[in-house]
Amino acid sequence: MSQLRVLVGCKRVIDYAVKVRVKPDKTGVVKEGVKHSMNPFDEIALEEAVRLKEKQVASEVIAVSCGPQACQETLRTALAMGADRALHVEVSGSEYEGLLPLGVAKILAALVKKEEANLVVLGKQAIDDDCNQTGQMLAALLDWPQATFASAVSVEGEGLAVTREVDGGLENVRLSLPAVVTADLRLNEPRYATLPNIMKSKKKPLAQMTPGDLGVDINPSLTVLSVEDPPVREAGSKVEDVDQLIAKLKDSGVF
Amino acid sequence: MWARVSRSLWRGQTSLARLLHTTPRASAIGFELTSEQQEFQRLAAKFTQEEIIPVAAEYDKTGEYPWGVVRKAWELGLMNVTVPPEYGGLGLQLLDEVIVAEETAYGCTGITTALATNMLAGAPVHVAANHDQKKRFLGRMTEEPLLAVLRIDSDGRERMSQPAVPSPPSWWRETALDLPRARRLSQQRAVNAWSKLYVSSAKAVRTFDQEWNMGQRASNTSALSFEDVVVPEENVLGEPGKAFYYAMGAFDKTRPAEPYYLGVKVSPGNHIQGDINEEIEGLYVPLVCSGASPADVAMGAVGLARRAMDEATKYALERYAFGKPIFQYQAVSQMLADMAIGIEASRLLVYRGAWEADQGRRNTYYASLAKALAADVANKSAADAVQIFGGAGFNSEYPVEKLMRDAKIFQIYEGTSQIQRVIISRFLADAMKSKM
Repeated sequence: MSQLRVLVGCKRVIDYAVKVRVKPDKTGVVKEGVKHSMNPFDEIALEEAVRLKEKQVASEVIAVSCGPQACQETLRTALAMGADRALHVEVSGSEYEGLLPLGVAKILAALVKKEEANLVVLGKQAIDDDCNQTGQMLAALLDWPQATFASAVSVEGEGLAVTREVDGGLENVRLSLPAVVTADLRLNEPRYATLPNIMKSKKKPLAQMTPGDLGVDINPSLTVLSVEDPPVREAGSKVEDVDQLIAKLKDSGVF
Repeated sequence: MWARVSRSLWRGQTSLARLLHTTPRASAIGFELTSEQQEFQRLAAKFTQEEIIPVAAEYDKTGEYPWGVVRKAWELGLMNVTVPPEYGGLGLQLLDEVIVAEETAYGCTGITTALATNMLAGAPVHVAANHDQKKRFLGRMTEEPLLAVLRIDSDGRERMSQPAVPSPPSWWRETALDLPRARRLSQQRAVNAWSKLYVSSAKAVRTFDQEWNMGQRASNTSALSFEDVVVPEENVLGEPGKAFYYAMGAFDKTRPAEPYYLGVKVSPGNHIQGDINEEIEGLYVPLVCSGASPADVAMGAVGLARRAMDEATKYALERYAFGKPIFQYQAVSQMLADMAIGIEASRLLVYRGAWEADQGRRNTYYASLAKALAADVANKSAADAVQIFGGAGFNSEYPVEKLMRDAKIFQIYEGTSQIQRVIISRFLADAMKSKM
């Protein structure tokens, strides 16, 4: 097959180790001054793309991030991990608050056409919103085949063979290219960016643009009314014996 | 402004930049790390979190050399940071190296010391070797994760050697076993005792039983003996007769020699497997004289102090006594504030010391200030952390007692705290005399 040009989405999210807290005004969570890093599933996606390049299946890996200026940090990490180029689509302030998977999918679709990519690898979902939608929507917008929750990806003939993790177990699918793949946890173990690669990444190109430049309208279709903590767990009660347990269950209407 | 500061403190927003509302402007002094340095820092912090912290307690218990961690760190380039690129290193500056050192020390100072080995042993090569020798020896260290150890012995031969077998490497033990002899030697103008500086490769090295230290146990300390080692001519570094000067620091990035650094180690009769027959007596010079280690080591102390502060702060916020978190008792929070004061101050001093060296200047004064302060801060912070944990702090199931044990050596190696103060006071005297 001809060599693949791979687009990888790298979202900047609150670091997985941080304890997220809701803002007192309930408009969202506290983000200022909080540690952010690349979405872990996106790291896995990027690692897979870089491995494809090392196997010489892919010729170029392009990392993309949509968001405020700070996303460039995430992109630098992507470059240090092995991406060849980075694209920063700038979306800030309230526009960014309202950016949803559909908007991101539209942006990525436009970039796919612009960069003539033939494979998009995304993380299955972001750990801040857990939407699990972008990859699927993107495939629909492009009318491309998709393989989500990938735990193994390999080249088969002119297409890809992907093992998907589904509720019932593992599913093997074959897709033709171009295609969209979303990465699940067990796809691979992302590499560390080595010190030499961090230094080399300085020289790699990072381009900046706006959704407008791509002709994309990201007007949100949803408004967030309020963000609240989940309810505090209520205490249970102890029972003396099985009879009492059955009586309580009957009272609560369970059976 | 105070209201804003205190409100954001109570909300727990810890970003210092936000509290200070700084926008960097061009000025003579800068405190920002470059974005590249921030990346290094992030990488080192991630490595520490995922590779060092999970195993540190275990290595502390067994005293085993952390080969696994060392190998991984080597692969990421964390061990050959300042080796020039023409020899396969990254050619970065001391400032970059200390940034990495603080992060790994946060995880475990014992493991960090183990990681620092190459840099220390490589120092004489940096200084005295010619280009070809540098290529051969530094190149070997960057090609594969070999470990190098520095050894100096009695008839003035200083050697760098690499164990050919992947056995745990060893450290030099500084013990003044024979003080009168040491004094005699130094009076005899030890300079003359140093004849040649060269590199040798010992085939098999037997060590004594490993020393069991108070702390930093992952960094293996034991006595080594080399016997009957043949050194080819092309391995001699620099000029014969000058080894003392090389070792003692007539070079930019290291500390200058002071006769009171000499320690003596007499190695009793021992045999190394292979073709050995003679015993070698060693005049060991503490590692303080080699490399840019004072700044590196001082930064290790800063990392340890920061760890102590973080662990103690977290505990103080979670542990309740008489209805509130103990953090809210000022006797506790005052100790934490003092830790922060010490950490920020000593970190800046280390940065200054490293920066001075990177400017090509002798950084002795600042390196001594940094080491003296950082070591004291580390010890106080670790001891106070144990205090804040209370009885639990004394117990090995909690992380702070290890910090207290690890901290002590910072006041001792790479020049004791007393020595640092002697050095500093000499600078003061010289500076004043020049004005009188």
